[in-house]
Amino acid sequence: MAMIKADAIEEAAYELTAKAAIEIPQDYRDGLRGMLKGEEAELSRFVLEAMLENYEAAEQDRRAMCADTGVPRFFVKAGNEAQIEGGFVELETRLRRALARATHDVPLRPNRVHPLSRKDNNNNVGIGAPEIDYTFEPGGNWVDITTVHKGGLFGSDYRMLFPGDGIDGIKRFFLDVMYEFGRRGLACQPAIVGVGLGGSKDIAMTLGKQAACLRTVGDRNPDQQVAALEDELKEMGNSIGMGPMGYVGSSMVVDCHIEVGCCHTGGMPISIHSFCLSSRRAVARLHGDGRIEYRTDPNWFTPYSRRESVEWTEAEQSLAVV
Amino acid sequence: MDGSGTESGGGLRRKRLKVPVDDAALRELELGDIVFLDGVIYTGREGLYQRILGDGIEPPVPLREISNANFHCSPAASVNDDGTYNVGAVTATASFRFSKWLDAWFETSGCKLIIGKGGMSPEDYKTQLAPNGAVYLTTVGYGTGALLGRAIKRVVDVHWLEELGIAQAMWVLDVENFGPLIVESDFEGNSLFEQQNKLVNEKVEAAYEGLKPPALARYGETTNREDEVV
Repeated sequence: MAMIKADAIEEAAYELTAKAAIEIPQDYRDGLRGMLKGEEAELSRFVLEAMLENYEAAEQDRRAMCADTGVPRFFVKAGNEAQIEGGFVELETRLRRALARATHDVPLRPNRVHPLSRKDNNNNVGIGAPEIDYTFEPGGNWVDITTVHKGGLFGSDYRMLFPGDGIDGIKRFFLDVMYEFGRRGLACQPAIVGVGLGGSKDIAMTLGKQAACLRTVGDRNPDQQVAALEDELKEMGNSIGMGPMGYVGSSMVVDCHIEVGCCHTGGMPISIHSFCLSSRRAVARLHGDGRIEYRTDPNWFTPYSRRESVEWTEAEQSLAVV
Repeated sequence: MDGSGTESGGGLRRKRLKVPVDDAALRELELGDIVFLDGVIYTGREGLYQRILGDGIEPPVPLREISNANFHCSPAASVNDDGTYNVGAVTATASFRFSKWLDAWFETSGCKLIIGKGGMSPEDYKTQLAPNGAVYLTTVGYGTGALLGRAIKRVVDVHWLEELGIAQAMWVLDVENFGPLIVESDFEGNSLFEQQNKLVNEKVEAAYEGLKPPALARYGETTNREDEVV
Protein backbone atom coordinates (compact mmCIF):
# COMPACT_ATOMS: atom_id res chain seq x y z
CA MET A 1 0.00 0.00 0.00
CA ALA A 2 1.25 3.50 -0.86
CA MET A 3 2.57 5.60 2.03
CA ILE A 4 1.32 9.05 2.95
CA LYS A 5 4.49 11.07 2.39
CA ALA A 6 6.09 13.01 5.22
CA ASP A 7 6.83 15.92 2.85
CA ALA A 8 3.15 16.09 1.94
CA ILE A 9 2.22 16.28 5.62
CA GLU A 10 4.56 19.21 6.16
CA GLU A 11 3.35 20.98 3.04
CA ALA A 12 -0.30 20.55 4.01
CA ALA A 13 0.25 21.63 7.61
CA TYR A 14 2.12 24.77 6.45
CA GLU A 15 -0.66 25.62 4.00
CA LEU A 16 -3.35 24.94 6.62
CA THR A 17 -1.68 27.23 9.12
CA ALA A 18 -1.81 30.12 6.65
CA LYS A 19 -5.35 29.32 5.52
CA ALA A 20 -6.69 29.17 9.07
CA ALA A 21 -5.10 32.50 9.99
CA ILE A 22 -6.30 34.32 6.85
CA GLU A 23 -9.54 32.76 5.57
CA ILE A 24 -12.61 32.77 7.80
CA PRO A 25 -14.61 29.56 7.19
CA GLN A 26 -17.65 30.19 5.00
CA ASP A 27 -20.08 28.63 7.50
CA TYR A 28 -19.01 31.11 10.18
CA ARG A 29 -19.10 34.07 7.78
CA ASP A 30 -22.63 33.12 6.69
CA GLY A 31 -23.61 32.70 10.34
CA LEU A 32 -22.35 36.18 11.16
CA ARG A 33 -24.22 37.68 8.20
CA GLY A 34 -27.35 36.02 9.58
CA MET A 35 -26.72 37.62 12.97
CA LEU A 36 -26.35 41.04 11.31
CA LYS A 37 -29.77 40.64 9.68
CA GLY A 38 -31.36 40.13 13.08
CA GLU A 39 -29.34 42.75 14.95
CA GLU A 40 -31.09 46.06 15.59
CA ALA A 41 -28.74 47.90 17.95
CA GLU A 42 -26.61 50.45 16.13
CA LEU A 43 -23.28 49.89 17.90
CA SER A 44 -23.64 46.11 17.67
CA ARG A 45 -24.43 46.37 13.97
CA PHE A 46 -21.35 48.52 13.47
CA VAL A 47 -19.14 45.90 15.13
CA LEU A 48 -20.54 43.05 13.00
CA GLU A 49 -20.08 45.04 9.79
CA ALA A 50 -16.51 45.94 10.72
CA MET A 51 -15.74 42.25 11.31
CA LEU A 52 -17.22 41.22 7.96
CA GLU A 53 -15.13 43.89 6.26
CA ASN A 54 -12.08 42.68 8.18
CA TYR A 55 -12.45 39.16 6.73
CA GLU A 56 -12.36 40.64 3.24
CA ALA A 57 -9.28 42.73 4.03
CA ALA A 58 -7.51 39.64 5.39
CA GLU A 59 -8.17 37.66 2.22
CA GLN A 60 -7.32 40.52 -0.12
CA ASP A 61 -4.02 41.26 1.62
CA ARG A 62 -3.26 37.64 2.57
CA ARG A 63 -2.68 38.80 6.13
CA ALA A 64 -3.93 37.25 9.40
CA MET A 65 -7.48 38.35 10.25
CA CYS A 66 -6.57 38.90 13.90
CA ALA A 67 -3.16 39.61 15.40
CA ASP A 68 -3.92 37.34 18.33
CA THR A 69 -3.39 34.25 16.25
CA GLY A 70 -4.23 32.18 19.30
CA VAL A 71 -2.49 29.00 20.34
CA PRO A 72 -2.25 27.04 17.07
CA ARG A 73 -2.83 23.32 17.47
CA PHE A 74 -3.60 20.22 15.42
CA PHE A 75 -6.26 17.54 15.39
CA VAL A 76 -5.29 14.39 13.53
CA LYS A 77 -7.74 11.76 12.39
CA ALA A 78 -6.32 8.63 10.81
CA GLY A 79 -8.17 6.11 8.73
CA ASN A 80 -7.62 2.66 10.21
CA GLU A 81 -5.39 1.66 7.30
CA ALA A 82 -3.30 4.83 7.21
CA GLN A 83 0.35 4.19 6.41
CA ILE A 84 2.49 7.18 7.22
CA GLU A 85 6.06 7.50 6.01
CA GLY A 86 8.20 7.52 9.14
CA GLY A 87 5.18 6.81 11.32
CA PHE A 88 3.48 9.13 13.79
CA VAL A 89 6.74 10.36 15.28
CA GLU A 90 7.67 11.73 11.84
CA LEU A 91 4.17 13.19 11.46
CA GLU A 92 4.56 15.09 14.73
CA THR A 93 7.98 16.39 13.72
CA ARG A 94 6.56 17.62 10.41
CA LEU A 95 3.63 19.38 12.12
CA ARG A 96 6.01 21.18 14.48
CA ARG A 97 8.33 22.13 11.64
CA ALA A 98 5.46 23.44 9.50
CA LEU A 99 4.10 25.55 12.35
CA ALA A 100 7.48 27.07 13.15
CA ARG A 101 8.02 28.03 9.50
CA ALA A 102 4.49 29.37 9.00
CA THR A 103 4.72 31.41 12.21
CA HIS A 104 7.57 33.36 10.62
CA ASP A 105 6.21 33.48 7.08
CA VAL A 106 2.49 34.36 7.50
CA PRO A 107 3.38 35.85 10.07
CA LEU A 108 1.56 34.60 13.16
CA ARG A 109 2.18 36.15 16.54
CA PRO A 110 4.61 33.94 18.49
CA ASN A 111 2.18 33.48 21.37
CA ARG A 112 3.60 30.42 23.10
CA VAL A 113 5.78 31.04 26.12
CA HIS A 114 6.93 28.95 29.09
CA PRO A 115 4.28 29.50 31.82
CA LEU A 116 6.80 30.49 34.49
CA SER A 117 9.93 31.81 32.81
CA ARG A 118 7.81 33.39 30.02
CA LYS A 119 10.54 32.43 27.58
CA ASP A 120 9.31 32.71 23.97
CA ASN A 121 10.86 30.48 21.30
CA ASN A 122 9.34 32.90 18.75
CA ASN A 123 7.87 30.06 16.69
CA ASN A 124 4.78 28.81 18.59
CA VAL A 125 6.58 25.52 19.30
CA GLY A 126 7.68 24.36 22.74
CA ILE A 127 6.84 21.97 25.56
CA GLY A 128 3.43 20.50 24.72
CA ALA A 129 2.98 23.03 21.92
CA PRO A 130 1.35 22.60 19.50
CA GLU A 131 -1.10 20.19 21.13
CA ILE A 132 -1.88 17.28 18.82
CA ASP A 133 -5.13 15.37 19.44
CA TYR A 134 -5.78 12.05 17.72
CA THR A 135 -8.79 10.06 16.72
CA PHE A 136 -9.36 7.14 14.38
CA GLU A 137 -11.96 6.10 11.85
CA PRO A 138 -12.63 2.63 10.41
CA GLY A 139 -11.13 1.92 6.99
CA GLY A 140 -9.06 3.97 4.59
CA ASN A 141 -5.45 4.90 3.89
CA TRP A 142 -5.83 8.59 4.62
CA VAL A 143 -5.19 11.08 7.36
CA ASP A 144 -7.15 14.27 8.13
CA ILE A 145 -5.18 17.16 9.59
CA THR A 146 -7.15 19.99 11.13
CA THR A 147 -5.58 23.11 12.54
CA VAL A 148 -7.39 25.43 14.92
CA HIS A 149 -6.17 28.85 16.04
CA LYS A 150 -8.20 29.73 19.09
CA GLY A 151 -7.57 32.62 21.44
CA GLY A 152 -6.71 31.45 24.89
CA LEU A 153 -7.80 33.77 27.68
CA PHE A 154 -11.55 34.31 28.01
CA GLY A 155 -14.89 32.66 27.38
CA SER A 156 -14.35 29.15 28.78
CA ASP A 157 -15.32 27.67 32.11
CA TYR A 158 -15.87 24.30 33.80
CA ARG A 159 -18.22 23.23 36.58
CA MET A 160 -19.26 20.00 38.27
CA LEU A 161 -23.03 19.90 38.26
CA PHE A 162 -25.13 17.10 39.73
CA PRO A 163 -27.95 15.06 38.20
CA GLY A 164 -30.58 16.90 40.25
CA ASP A 165 -29.40 20.23 38.81
CA GLY A 166 -30.76 19.04 35.47
CA ILE A 167 -31.42 21.30 32.51
CA ASP A 168 -31.86 24.27 34.88
CA GLY A 169 -28.28 23.83 36.04
CA ILE A 170 -26.99 23.70 32.48
CA LYS A 171 -28.92 26.82 31.52
CA ARG A 172 -27.75 28.77 34.54
CA PHE A 173 -24.14 27.90 33.93
CA PHE A 174 -24.54 28.82 30.27
CA LEU A 175 -25.95 32.23 31.27
CA ASP A 176 -23.13 32.69 33.80
CA VAL A 177 -20.53 32.26 31.05
CA MET A 178 -22.42 34.56 28.64
CA TYR A 179 -22.53 37.36 31.20
CA GLU A 180 -19.14 36.81 32.80
CA PHE A 181 -17.13 36.88 29.58
CA GLY A 182 -19.58 38.75 27.36
CA ARG A 183 -19.19 42.06 29.16
CA ARG A 184 -16.81 44.35 27.26
CA GLY A 185 -16.63 41.58 24.68
CA LEU A 186 -13.89 39.64 26.45
CA ALA A 187 -15.12 36.46 24.73
CA CYS A 188 -14.91 38.22 21.32
CA GLN A 189 -18.52 37.23 20.66
CA PRO A 190 -20.69 36.37 18.79
CA ALA A 191 -19.07 32.99 19.11
CA ILE A 192 -19.60 29.37 18.28
CA VAL A 193 -20.31 28.15 21.79
CA GLY A 194 -19.30 24.59 22.52
CA VAL A 195 -20.67 22.65 25.47
CA GLY A 196 -19.02 19.51 26.79
CA LEU A 197 -21.42 17.51 28.90
CA GLY A 198 -20.35 14.42 30.80
CA GLY A 199 -17.27 12.25 30.50
CA SER A 200 -14.53 12.52 33.11
CA LYS A 201 -13.71 16.08 34.16
CA ASP A 202 -10.89 16.45 31.66
CA ILE A 203 -13.01 14.90 28.91
CA ALA A 204 -15.85 17.33 29.68
CA MET A 205 -13.33 20.10 28.91
CA THR A 206 -12.06 18.37 25.79
CA LEU A 207 -15.54 17.65 24.42
CA GLY A 208 -16.60 21.27 24.87
CA LYS A 209 -13.49 22.59 23.13
CA GLN A 210 -13.95 20.17 20.26
CA ALA A 211 -17.68 20.96 20.01
CA ALA A 212 -16.81 24.66 19.62
CA CYS A 213 -13.87 24.27 17.25
CA LEU A 214 -14.52 21.16 15.20
CA ARG A 215 -18.18 21.46 14.18
CA THR A 216 -19.58 23.91 11.63
CA VAL A 217 -22.31 26.52 12.02
CA GLY A 218 -25.69 24.93 11.32
CA ASP A 219 -24.61 21.41 12.28
CA ARG A 220 -26.79 19.57 14.82
CA ASN A 221 -26.04 16.67 17.14
CA PRO A 222 -27.74 13.49 15.83
CA ASP A 223 -29.25 12.84 19.28
CA GLN A 224 -32.55 14.72 19.09
CA GLN A 225 -32.66 15.56 22.79
CA VAL A 226 -29.16 17.05 22.56
CA ALA A 227 -30.03 18.87 19.33
CA ALA A 228 -33.10 20.44 20.95
CA LEU A 229 -30.93 21.70 23.80
CA GLU A 230 -28.46 23.16 21.28
CA ASP A 231 -31.30 25.17 19.74
CA GLU A 232 -32.59 26.23 23.12
CA LEU A 233 -29.23 27.44 24.45
CA LYS A 234 -28.49 29.35 21.24
CA GLU A 235 -31.84 31.09 21.43
CA MET A 236 -31.34 31.85 25.12
CA GLY A 237 -27.86 33.33 24.59
CA ASN A 238 -29.18 35.62 21.88
CA SER A 239 -32.06 36.90 23.99
CA ILE A 240 -30.26 38.23 27.07
CA GLY A 241 -29.97 41.71 25.58
CA MET A 242 -26.22 41.67 25.01
CA GLY A 243 -24.28 41.67 21.76
CA PRO A 244 -20.73 42.09 20.45
CA MET A 245 -18.31 43.88 22.80
CA GLY A 246 -20.93 43.62 25.55
CA TYR A 247 -22.94 46.41 23.94
CA VAL A 248 -26.72 46.22 23.96
CA GLY A 249 -27.74 43.80 21.22
CA SER A 250 -28.92 40.34 20.31
CA SER A 251 -25.81 38.73 18.79
CA MET A 252 -24.00 36.46 21.24
CA VAL A 253 -24.16 32.93 19.84
CA VAL A 254 -23.60 32.20 16.15
CA ASP A 255 -24.31 28.59 16.97
CA CYS A 256 -24.30 26.22 19.94
CA HIS A 257 -22.83 22.73 19.74
CA ILE A 258 -23.11 20.15 22.50
CA GLU A 259 -21.11 16.94 22.73
CA VAL A 260 -21.85 14.36 25.39
CA GLY A 261 -19.90 11.53 26.98
CA CYS A 262 -21.05 9.06 29.61
CA CYS A 263 -20.12 10.23 33.10
CA HIS A 264 -20.12 9.09 36.73
CA THR A 265 -23.65 8.30 37.88
CA GLY A 266 -23.39 10.87 40.68
CA GLY A 267 -22.33 13.84 38.56
CA MET A 268 -22.88 15.93 35.44
CA PRO A 269 -19.63 17.75 34.60
CA ILE A 270 -20.00 20.57 32.12
CA SER A 271 -17.67 22.87 30.21
CA ILE A 272 -18.41 25.82 27.96
CA HIS A 273 -16.07 27.27 25.33
CA SER A 274 -16.41 30.26 23.02
CA PHE A 275 -14.85 30.12 19.55
CA CYS A 276 -14.55 33.79 18.71
CA LEU A 277 -15.17 36.31 15.91
CA SER A 278 -12.01 34.85 14.35
CA SER A 279 -13.15 31.22 14.39
CA ARG A 280 -10.11 29.84 12.62
CA ARG A 281 -10.03 26.25 11.42
CA ALA A 282 -8.78 24.58 8.28
CA VAL A 283 -8.65 20.93 7.24
CA ALA A 284 -6.74 18.80 4.76
CA ARG A 285 -7.20 15.15 3.83
CA LEU A 286 -4.03 13.43 2.67
CA HIS A 287 -4.52 10.23 0.69
CA GLY A 288 -2.08 7.36 0.20
CA ASP A 289 -2.03 8.11 -3.54
CA GLY A 290 -0.64 11.62 -2.92
CA ARG A 291 -3.82 13.67 -3.29
CA ILE A 292 -4.41 16.53 -0.81
CA GLU A 293 -7.93 17.95 -0.45
CA TYR A 294 -8.56 21.13 1.54
CA ARG A 295 -11.83 21.92 3.32
CA THR A 296 -13.13 23.71 6.44
CA ASP A 297 -15.36 21.05 8.03
CA PRO A 298 -13.23 18.81 10.28
CA ASN A 299 -15.95 16.12 10.35
CA TRP A 300 -14.38 15.16 13.69
CA PHE A 301 -17.49 13.69 15.28
CA THR A 302 -18.89 10.68 13.43
CA PRO A 303 -21.19 7.74 14.14
CA TYR A 304 -18.03 5.79 15.02
CA SER A 305 -16.69 8.40 17.46
CA ARG A 306 -20.12 8.72 19.08
CA ARG A 307 -20.82 4.97 19.21
CA GLU A 308 -22.57 3.54 22.26
CA SER A 309 -22.20 -0.19 21.68
CA VAL A 310 -19.48 -2.63 22.71
CA GLU A 311 -18.90 -3.87 19.17
CA TRP A 312 -18.72 -1.88 15.95
CA THR A 313 -21.38 -3.87 14.04
CA GLU A 314 -22.12 -3.99 10.33
CA ALA A 315 -25.38 -2.12 10.82
CA GLU A 316 -23.53 0.73 12.47
CA GLN A 317 -20.76 0.65 9.89
CA SER A 318 -23.29 1.26 7.13
CA LEU A 319 -23.97 4.66 8.72
CA ALA A 320 -20.34 5.59 9.12
CA VAL A 321 -18.80 8.47 7.21
CA VAL A 322 -15.33 7.69 5.92
CA MET B 1 -14.40 51.59 5.92
CA ASP B 2 -12.87 54.98 6.70
CA GLY B 3 -13.65 58.38 8.13
CA SER B 4 -15.95 59.21 5.24
CA GLY B 5 -17.73 55.85 5.10
CA THR B 6 -21.50 55.57 4.95
CA GLU B 7 -22.14 51.99 6.11
CA SER B 8 -24.89 51.26 8.60
CA GLY B 9 -24.15 52.76 11.92
CA GLY B 10 -24.91 55.90 9.89
CA GLY B 11 -26.03 57.57 13.10
CA LEU B 12 -22.58 57.14 14.60
CA ARG B 13 -20.20 60.08 14.18
CA ARG B 14 -16.94 59.42 12.32
CA LYS B 15 -13.77 61.36 13.01
CA ARG B 16 -10.23 61.50 11.66
CA LEU B 17 -7.70 62.37 14.36
CA LYS B 18 -4.12 63.50 13.84
CA VAL B 19 -1.54 62.01 16.20
CA PRO B 20 -0.01 63.46 18.32
CA VAL B 21 -3.46 64.60 19.44
CA ASP B 22 -4.18 67.94 21.10
CA ASP B 23 -6.63 68.81 23.86
CA ALA B 24 -9.06 70.55 21.54
CA ALA B 25 -9.54 67.46 19.40
CA LEU B 26 -9.94 65.20 22.45
CA ARG B 27 -12.49 67.52 24.01
CA GLU B 28 -14.76 67.12 20.98
CA LEU B 29 -14.92 63.35 21.16
CA GLU B 30 -18.16 61.80 22.36
CA LEU B 31 -18.73 58.26 23.62
CA GLY B 32 -19.48 55.96 20.70
CA ASP B 33 -17.77 58.12 18.06
CA ILE B 34 -15.94 56.09 15.44
CA VAL B 35 -12.33 57.27 15.14
CA PHE B 36 -9.56 56.77 12.57
CA LEU B 37 -6.00 57.89 13.32
CA ASP B 38 -3.24 59.43 11.19
CA GLY B 39 0.30 59.76 12.49
CA VAL B 40 2.69 57.88 14.72
CA ILE B 41 1.62 55.53 17.51
CA TYR B 42 3.64 53.02 19.53
CA THR B 43 2.90 49.69 21.16
CA GLY B 44 3.49 49.13 24.85
CA ARG B 45 2.21 46.54 27.31
CA GLU B 46 3.41 44.72 30.45
CA GLY B 47 6.95 44.08 29.18
CA LEU B 48 7.56 47.74 28.37
CA TYR B 49 5.88 48.99 31.55
CA GLN B 50 7.90 46.60 33.70
CA ARG B 51 11.22 47.69 32.20
CA ILE B 52 10.58 51.42 32.29
CA LEU B 53 8.41 51.77 35.39
CA GLY B 54 9.24 48.61 37.34
CA ASP B 55 12.97 48.27 36.68
CA GLY B 56 13.59 51.99 36.27
CA ILE B 57 15.36 51.66 32.91
CA GLU B 58 15.41 54.79 30.73
CA PRO B 59 12.97 54.55 27.78
CA PRO B 60 14.80 53.62 24.56
CA VAL B 61 13.69 56.94 23.00
CA PRO B 62 12.18 60.11 24.47
CA LEU B 63 8.53 59.01 24.46
CA ARG B 64 6.98 62.49 24.36
CA GLU B 65 8.87 63.37 21.22
CA ILE B 66 7.63 60.31 19.34
CA SER B 67 3.92 60.25 20.03
CA ASN B 68 1.25 60.61 22.68
CA ALA B 69 -0.70 57.52 21.65
CA ASN B 70 0.02 54.20 23.39
CA PHE B 71 -1.43 51.08 21.78
CA HIS B 72 -1.90 47.99 23.99
CA CYS B 73 -0.85 45.67 21.23
CA SER B 74 1.29 42.78 20.11
CA PRO B 75 1.52 42.56 16.35
CA ALA B 76 1.55 39.36 14.33
CA ALA B 77 4.94 40.21 12.93
CA SER B 78 8.31 38.71 12.04
CA VAL B 79 11.82 39.96 11.47
CA ASN B 80 13.30 39.18 8.05
CA ASP B 81 16.87 37.97 7.61
CA ASP B 82 17.88 41.38 6.27
CA GLY B 83 16.60 43.07 9.44
CA THR B 84 13.40 44.47 7.89
CA TYR B 85 10.02 43.76 9.43
CA ASN B 86 6.97 41.94 8.17
CA VAL B 87 3.89 43.20 10.01
CA GLY B 88 0.69 41.30 9.20
CA ALA B 89 -2.24 41.86 11.52
CA VAL B 90 -2.35 44.12 14.55
CA THR B 91 -4.98 43.92 17.27
CA ALA B 92 -5.14 45.01 20.86
CA THR B 93 -4.70 43.02 24.04
CA ALA B 94 -7.04 43.37 27.06
CA SER B 95 -6.20 46.66 28.79
CA PHE B 96 -7.63 46.12 32.27
CA ARG B 97 -4.45 44.24 33.21
CA PHE B 98 -2.36 47.41 32.96
CA SER B 99 -4.33 49.44 35.46
CA LYS B 100 -1.60 49.40 38.10
CA TRP B 101 0.88 51.13 35.77
CA LEU B 102 -1.36 54.02 34.71
CA ASP B 103 -0.35 56.62 37.28
CA ALA B 104 3.38 56.38 36.69
CA TRP B 105 2.89 55.83 32.97
CA PHE B 106 1.09 59.13 32.38
CA GLU B 107 3.81 60.95 34.27
CA THR B 108 6.57 59.29 32.28
CA SER B 109 5.01 59.22 28.82
CA GLY B 110 2.67 62.21 28.66
CA CYS B 111 0.18 59.94 26.87
CA LYS B 112 -3.17 61.38 25.78
CA LEU B 113 -4.57 58.42 23.88
CA ILE B 114 -4.75 54.86 25.13
CA ILE B 115 -5.82 52.38 22.46
CA GLY B 116 -6.66 48.87 23.59
CA LYS B 117 -9.17 46.08 24.03
CA GLY B 118 -12.06 46.09 26.46
CA GLY B 119 -11.38 49.38 28.19
CA MET B 120 -10.32 50.15 31.75
CA SER B 121 -12.48 50.34 34.88
CA PRO B 122 -14.79 53.35 35.38
CA GLU B 123 -12.61 54.25 38.37
CA ASP B 124 -9.48 54.37 36.21
CA TYR B 125 -11.14 56.82 33.83
CA LYS B 126 -12.14 59.13 36.67
CA THR B 127 -8.94 58.95 38.68
CA GLN B 128 -6.28 58.43 35.99
CA LEU B 129 -7.26 59.15 32.40
CA ALA B 130 -9.46 62.22 32.81
CA PRO B 131 -7.14 64.01 35.30
CA ASN B 132 -4.31 63.45 32.82
CA GLY B 133 -6.36 64.74 29.90
CA ALA B 134 -6.40 61.33 28.22
CA VAL B 135 -9.14 59.36 26.48
CA TYR B 136 -9.46 55.66 25.74
CA LEU B 137 -10.20 54.31 22.27
CA THR B 138 -11.24 50.68 22.02
CA THR B 139 -10.51 48.49 19.04
CA VAL B 140 -13.56 46.86 17.47
CA GLY B 141 -14.73 43.25 17.47
CA TYR B 142 -12.46 41.90 18.54
CA GLY B 143 -10.49 42.29 16.44
CA THR B 144 -10.13 43.90 13.07
CA GLY B 145 -6.49 42.84 12.76
CA ALA B 146 -6.35 42.97 8.98
CA LEU B 147 -7.94 46.43 8.70
CA LEU B 148 -5.57 47.84 11.32
CA GLY B 149 -2.56 46.08 9.80
CA ARG B 150 -3.43 47.50 6.40
CA ALA B 151 -3.33 51.02 7.86
CA ILE B 152 0.33 50.77 8.83
CA LYS B 153 2.34 52.77 6.30
CA ARG B 154 5.71 52.08 7.82
CA VAL B 155 7.43 50.53 10.81
CA VAL B 156 9.40 53.54 12.06
CA ASP B 157 11.40 51.56 14.59
CA VAL B 158 11.29 48.60 16.96
CA HIS B 159 12.89 49.01 20.37
CA TRP B 160 13.99 46.32 22.82
CA LEU B 161 13.24 43.53 20.37
CA GLU B 162 16.01 41.42 21.88
CA GLU B 163 15.11 42.16 25.48
CA LEU B 164 11.33 41.77 25.18
CA GLY B 165 10.71 39.58 22.11
CA ILE B 166 8.48 40.29 19.11
CA ALA B 167 5.23 40.34 21.08
CA GLN B 168 6.31 42.69 23.87
CA ALA B 169 8.79 44.96 22.07
CA MET B 170 8.00 48.63 21.49
CA TRP B 171 6.85 48.95 17.88
CA VAL B 172 6.72 52.53 16.56
CA LEU B 173 4.23 52.63 13.72
CA ASP B 174 3.38 55.32 11.18
CA VAL B 175 -0.33 54.85 10.42
CA GLU B 176 -2.92 56.29 8.05
CA ASN B 177 -6.69 55.95 8.46
CA PHE B 178 -6.01 53.55 11.34
CA GLY B 179 -9.33 52.20 12.56
CA PRO B 180 -12.11 51.72 13.19
CA LEU B 181 -11.76 52.60 16.88
CA ILE B 182 -14.61 53.53 19.23
CA VAL B 183 -14.44 56.31 21.81
CA GLU B 184 -14.81 54.38 25.06
CA SER B 185 -13.91 57.09 27.58
CA ASP B 186 -14.28 60.81 27.02
CA PHE B 187 -12.46 63.88 28.32
CA GLU B 188 -14.63 63.87 31.48
CA GLY B 189 -13.92 60.21 32.20
CA ASN B 190 -17.34 58.82 31.22
CA SER B 191 -17.40 55.23 29.93
CA LEU B 192 -19.40 53.70 27.10
CA PHE B 193 -18.94 50.17 28.48
CA GLU B 194 -20.28 51.34 31.84
CA GLN B 195 -23.34 52.89 30.21
CA GLN B 196 -24.03 49.81 28.09
CA ASN B 197 -23.49 47.53 31.10
CA LYS B 198 -26.18 49.38 33.01
CA LEU B 199 -28.65 48.79 30.19
CA VAL B 200 -27.70 45.10 29.94
CA ASN B 201 -28.02 44.72 33.71
CA GLU B 202 -31.67 45.76 33.61
CA LYS B 203 -32.49 42.34 32.16
CA VAL B 204 -30.11 40.08 34.07
CA GLU B 205 -32.44 38.87 36.79
CA ALA B 206 -35.19 38.16 34.27
CA ALA B 207 -32.83 35.91 32.28
CA TYR B 208 -32.35 33.65 35.34
CA GLU B 209 -35.97 33.68 36.41
CA GLY B 210 -37.40 30.24 37.16
CA LEU B 211 -34.04 28.43 37.00
CA LYS B 212 -33.30 26.74 40.31
CA PRO B 213 -29.81 27.19 41.78
CA PRO B 214 -27.36 24.26 41.61
CA ALA B 215 -27.07 21.83 44.54
CA LEU B 216 -23.44 22.74 45.23
CA ALA B 217 -22.32 26.37 45.28
CA ARG B 218 -18.83 27.45 44.27
CA TYR B 219 -16.44 28.45 47.00
CA GLY B 220 -16.23 32.22 47.34
CA GLU B 221 -18.49 32.82 44.35
CA THR B 222 -20.12 36.17 43.85
CA THR B 223 -23.88 36.30 43.96
CA ASN B 224 -24.24 39.70 42.34
CA ARG B 225 -24.74 39.18 38.62
CA GLU B 226 -24.30 42.85 37.89
CA ASP B 227 -20.65 42.61 38.92
CA GLU B 228 -17.99 42.62 36.26
CA VAL B 229 -15.00 40.32 36.47
CA VAL B 230 -12.71 43.09 35.18
